[in-house]
Amino acid sequence: MNSLNRKDLLDIESLTTGEILLICDTARYFKDVFTRDVKTVPMLRGKTVCTLFYEPSTRTRLSFELAAKMLSANTINVPVTTSSVVKGESLIDTVRTLEAMKADYIVMRHAASLAPHFLSKNIDASVINGGDGFHAHPTQALLDTYSLIEQRGSLKGMHIGIVGDIKHSRVARSDILAFKKLGARVTLCGPSTLLPDEFRQYGVDITYNLDELLPELDAVNMLRIQRERQKGSLFPSIREYNLLYALTEERFKKCRSDIIVMHPGPMNRGIELDDVVADCPNSIINRQVTNGVAVRMAIFYLLAGGNPLSEDETEGN
Amino acid sequence: MAIIIKNGRMIDPASGTDDRLDLMIEGDRITDIIRDASPSADDRVIDAEGCLVLPGLIDMHVHFREPGREDVETIIGGSRVAAKSGFTSVVTMPNTSPVIDNQALVRFIIMEAARGPINVFPAANITKGSRGEEISEMGELVRGGAIAFTDDGNPVMNSVTMRRALEYSRMFDVPILTHSEDKSLADEGLMNEGLNSVRLGLKGIPNEAEEVMISRDILLTRLTNGRMHVCHVSSAGSVEIIKQGKKAGISVTCETAPHYFSLTDSAVEQHLSMAKMNPPLRTEQDRQAIIEGLRSGTIDVIATDHAPHALFEKQQEMEYAPFGIIGLETSVPLIITELVRNNHFSYMQAFDKVTCNPARILKLDRGVLKKGGYADVTIIDPDKKITVDRDFLVSRCRNTPFMGAEMFGSIEHTICNGRVVYSRGQNLS
Repeated sequence: MNSLNRKDLLDIESLTTGEILLICDTARYFKDVFTRDVKTVPMLRGKTVCTLFYEPSTRTRLSFELAAKMLSANTINVPVTTSSVVKGESLIDTVRTLEAMKADYIVMRHAASLAPHFLSKNIDASVINGGDGFHAHPTQALLDTYSLIEQRGSLKGMHIGIVGDIKHSRVARSDILAFKKLGARVTLCGPSTLLPDEFRQYGVDITYNLDELLPELDAVNMLRIQRERQKGSLFPSIREYNLLYALTEERFKKCRSDIIVMHPGPMNRGIELDDVVADCPNSIINRQVTNGVAVRMAIFYLLAGGNPLSEDETEGN
Repeated sequence: MAIIIKNGRMIDPASGTDDRLDLMIEGDRITDIIRDASPSADDRVIDAEGCLVLPGLIDMHVHFREPGREDVETIIGGSRVAAKSGFTSVVTMPNTSPVIDNQALVRFIIMEAARGPINVFPAANITKGSRGEEISEMGELVRGGAIAFTDDGNPVMNSVTMRRALEYSRMFDVPILTHSEDKSLADEGLMNEGLNSVRLGLKGIPNEAEEVMISRDILLTRLTNGRMHVCHVSSAGSVEIIKQGKKAGISVTCETAPHYFSLTDSAVEQHLSMAKMNPPLRTEQDRQAIIEGLRSGTIDVIATDHAPHALFEKQQEMEYAPFGIIGLETSVPLIITELVRNNHFSYMQAFDKVTCNPARILKLDRGVLKKGGYADVTIIDPDKKITVDRDFLVSRCRNTPFMGAEMFGSIEHTICNGRVVYSRGQNLS
């Protein structure tokens, strides 16, 4: 495979296994670049990257911005809350304006599912999905995948648990697709109100019992629980959620000694994850953040038509 | 001077006629139905060779947006689209701005429509302001010309209000057209709840949001001995519930829309907001049940729920775009393509749903071809292919998931009250 032969990166569903591996391979190269002293490479020089976040985000937006800057692109952040968007400008007009200013890449996060897909049908610039509604968060799934490959070499045969509010999680949907494509076994766990049976269509297992699941896992991804969900009667209280679904110190002791603990952030310490677990050596939560920059550099590079980078070139650079 | 329609295949579902018969029209009436009519020199002859000659079609569920959103559609504009689509009578929904909850507005619609090509029968609101609280002044509304009552778009959530509406409307012998949806169960969903909504991360609307409310409304009809017609039935469960209701002798009828027998929720990923309507497109199993419900007669009527929306409103994120698609222009082509061709309905079975059945429910003296009756006639070439594109669509709004689709069934002429109001290839009247 030469590069990512596509205009947009919208979701994991449309990526082939080969493309996922290509991104991860390329990310390994960029991680070397990005963790050395002089971090900038010229691969996106002269290109413009716009970040357009209709939902608040710190790490994802910064990660994209940093990745673009390290590839020497011009980056602009559109502050949605102070721009013409608040004057009622539609998404499509906002983005056509950016396009008229010759933006090459639009990185968008949006609370409405499929908003980037809608956009990609209507504009020529490259659209990168930074998370849409409950639907997809492909770059998060790719960095999760890359992080697991970094730990274990391959996902083949790994048993990965995803725990929490699966129903409203774009991370869960994208993770499931990526992990399954690379041959992992995936089990979902959470309260039944937040874990619809329809998820079985992905070929995953479903359980409501975290205590039974944990000892079987090679890796566990703890999703953030949103307090607002309680209002819709989706679970009775944060206290009960914590009682049933938190990765507590006590539960952690029953896990395999080499279990990998992940979290897409931002964490609710003491709600879905105990401090002790979040900060233990099994936790790769901060490493995920670092890898996120490398993965996003790889995505920009490959969407720009960059060729696969061999180990030799890594040496040469 | 008379109009004579010659050489066509006349299909009149009301009388069960399917024969090569000629139709003679004088004034606003059909004056004769005979074999091989011989026209005199000054008669206008319409050659219907190879075509179906049907009673003027009736669409008992359209949104013409006037008053309030004349930028989107008007009573006259919508009537022209209807004429072009083979419809000679439509029932307009009252969820305009303001809503049609007083006699002056009913009269306004009738007055406005009088300048247009077809018959427009306004439905008025069940409740004042469509708020679902107090029933509207139904007596006066009927006197003004309201043909039915509905709060379409807003379900009447309060059961006692619905009970009173069914009881009170009995006096005037007009049906209550229910938008049966349990709003709390629908829970701001955007598409059918199921495999696809979970995959796409869009909030789902379960079948049960519709079925719970249809069940309630059927039971209230039983309680009140009222007359109820369920709008836009979309799910297999709804068909089954209505079938049981009918079997129990309760006065319930229902309609479905062409998109529910043509598409499933798998269309959402491709068409996004152009496939967003309420109730939503369901699964293949539901689609099959709708087709079988039409075949067996459990579903009485096909109505389009023609819902024009401006492009700028539809061309938004799924979540913000309004519900609804246009339906008039694709109605006959979908009936012929999907029901007659793909599912082997007879023309009689397919077209009673847009002629005599809605006429019976609405107590209209139309939807039938008979000597002395109104000269509402639709002439269709069922074998002619059409492509739904910018040239084909005359509707001001083009919010349809069928853009680009090829179908069979072309409207050749539409005659309303003895007047040719549409002929293919000629400018709209």
